[in-house]
Amino acid sequence: MNTQFWIVQIFNGVSYGALLFLVGSGLSLIFGVMRIVNLSHGAYFLWGGYIALSVIWATGSWALSLPLAALAVALIGIAMERLFLRSAGLEWLRNAVIAVGIGVLISLAVNTRAPQIMGGGWVQFVLIAAIGALAAYALLSRIAVVPIDNDVLRQVLLTVGFAFLFQQAALDIWGGNNMDINPPAELTRSIQIAGIYVPLYRVFMIAMAFVIGVALWLAMEKTRMGAAVRATVDDAQMARGVGIDTNRISMFIFALGAFLAALGGVIGGAFLGVYPGLDFEMLPLAFAVVIIGGMGSLGGAAIGALAVGLADNFGKALFPELSYFTLYAPMVLILAIKPVGLFGRE
Amino acid sequence: MASQKLKILAVIVALLALLYIVPQSGSFVVLLATRAMAFAILAMSVDLLLGFTGLSSMGQAAYFGVGAYLTAVLATKLQFGLGWDFWIVVLLGILIGAALAALFGLFAIRATGVYFLMITLALGQCVWGLAYRWNSLTGGDNGINMTGRPNFGLDLSNDVTFFYLVFAFFSVSLFMLYVLVRSPFGRSLEGIRERELRMQILGYNTWLHKYIAFIIAGGFGGLAGVLWAHTNGHVSPETVVLTTSVDALLMVVLGGAGTLVGAILGAGIVFGLREYLSTLVPWWQYVLGGVYVLTILYLPMGLMGIPSLVRQRFKGRPKEAGANMATKELASKPS
Repeated sequence: MNTQFWIVQIFNGVSYGALLFLVGSGLSLIFGVMRIVNLSHGAYFLWGGYIALSVIWATGSWALSLPLAALAVALIGIAMERLFLRSAGLEWLRNAVIAVGIGVLISLAVNTRAPQIMGGGWVQFVLIAAIGALAAYALLSRIAVVPIDNDVLRQVLLTVGFAFLFQQAALDIWGGNNMDINPPAELTRSIQIAGIYVPLYRVFMIAMAFVIGVALWLAMEKTRMGAAVRATVDDAQMARGVGIDTNRISMFIFALGAFLAALGGVIGGAFLGVYPGLDFEMLPLAFAVVIIGGMGSLGGAAIGALAVGLADNFGKALFPELSYFTLYAPMVLILAIKPVGLFGRE
Repeated sequence: MASQKLKILAVIVALLALLYIVPQSGSFVVLLATRAMAFAILAMSVDLLLGFTGLSSMGQAAYFGVGAYLTAVLATKLQFGLGWDFWIVVLLGILIGAALAALFGLFAIRATGVYFLMITLALGQCVWGLAYRWNSLTGGDNGINMTGRPNFGLDLSNDVTFFYLVFAFFSVSLFMLYVLVRSPFGRSLEGIRERELRMQILGYNTWLHKYIAFIIAGGFGGLAGVLWAHTNGHVSPETVVLTTSVDALLMVVLGGAGTLVGAILGAGIVFGLREYLSTLVPWWQYVLGGVYVLTILYLPMGLMGIPSLVRQRFKGRPKEAGANMATKELASKPS
């Protein structure tokens, strides 16, 4: 265990922390603004990676896959937030989306169980789906929905339901194989500094997280929008009282969180891989970041990410049998002593 | 109270019907019912916390996991628990679940609402981390393969015999939990769920009440784990993973929190969908995810809430937001 070991481990920990910052900062902002524990955040990470793979297959450009995947997942995030988590005013659209889903499932079921009715034609498929959807819509619009906006547990469980749906959809679209995102050759090289080999990709990860972190910080501290977000984190009711449109802020932050998670998924895909189950592996780590740092605090997320990245790396290197325990036990202690996290505000 | 007696009678009839029908069905159904019942004990323990005490635990798999790992480790490393000493393992499983809950409760009970959810998630992850990484004890990612089921006069390797045993544990658990939630202690728990502050003002030690409920739930979780290890024949980190806790929570919400029968119904439906539907169609998880989303959005009181929903409809009363009391309480707490 010489200095070189320590330097390499610290470097690896910091670069892993950089990745965790991307996932954790979004989760933290969403929690801060909406008080929602978003359990589909891991799915956003995974989908970022998968969509990037599709973009790379189609265009061959890794650089293009970064923004495209992140934007696509941000749109998914907006749809989920507008239609399901804050659906006031759009109930009919939510009911319609669900009804179409039910209709398609009915069609699929008929296709599997009674193919003679279907006859293999897509016209019949659409027809049966449409009839099913109409019936489902008629039924759903007759049920009075109890608003979900102020119900923490139902919101959390709803995001889990979506996490399962995303998981299955990813499996259907991209299959169950373990895949890798290959960044351009310039980034996969290693350079030698003072006798230590430094993989450039990890330097890129740190730089990327740093740039995004600074940009987020500037946006939060220096812009009007950022001030409104901070006000909403502190006291949403009060913010509404002084005329801040917290509804719009929540949509914006949810999209931003999904964007960041997907970006993390693309960047992490080169180094963790992209595979089914990655979503629920990243999720608890992102939570550790948020809890240690404090929910709703950007600086806290940065420190939490560094702490988790380092704890994870050193845990695995020094006492592998206890490595995850050494990661989550401090999380429990922090929660028990200061439930809002180290840098969170009550 | 007459309707209460009627409900109890209905549950007893349903259980007897299950006892009669399942062994006559194929081995697939027997195994499915056994798994669902073992897991239903865990779901009921979640219901005790969520539905009756208003605590949404995201880490109930921890107690399930220690029960299962205890059984597997004792059976494979020490050959213990494969004869009459199975009953000692059952007792130890309950005790280790309760003991772990007693330890975890010290950290968790103080927290409320969403923070309770987070801290139980973190505690569950601690246990998962140990199961996943502590190779020498738990076999790491591969888990532990059980060598066989206990044989003490009764040969449990016979699936039907084992079904009867799990059925017995399941029925006794249901009965005990029912007595518990109907007892004065259970009533105080419901009081805490509705308005904790008021209970404190009335002089109840609400921390202690919640702590005891947490320990009892841990004990039942441990019991479910012991049975699960023998049902499955294989214990792996999958048993302790976050999604297992979430599954149990979703089952309770699906069936209807605050009704023990709802937890059982939820477990039955989820296992039925997962294991039966998955043999029919490859896209079964859409159905499961869809059922979850539909229940959460449209049926906050779960399936058990449907009768009252229908009744309200026919009486034509203005539909008062029929939110589940447990979730309502969570929402009304200042964060």
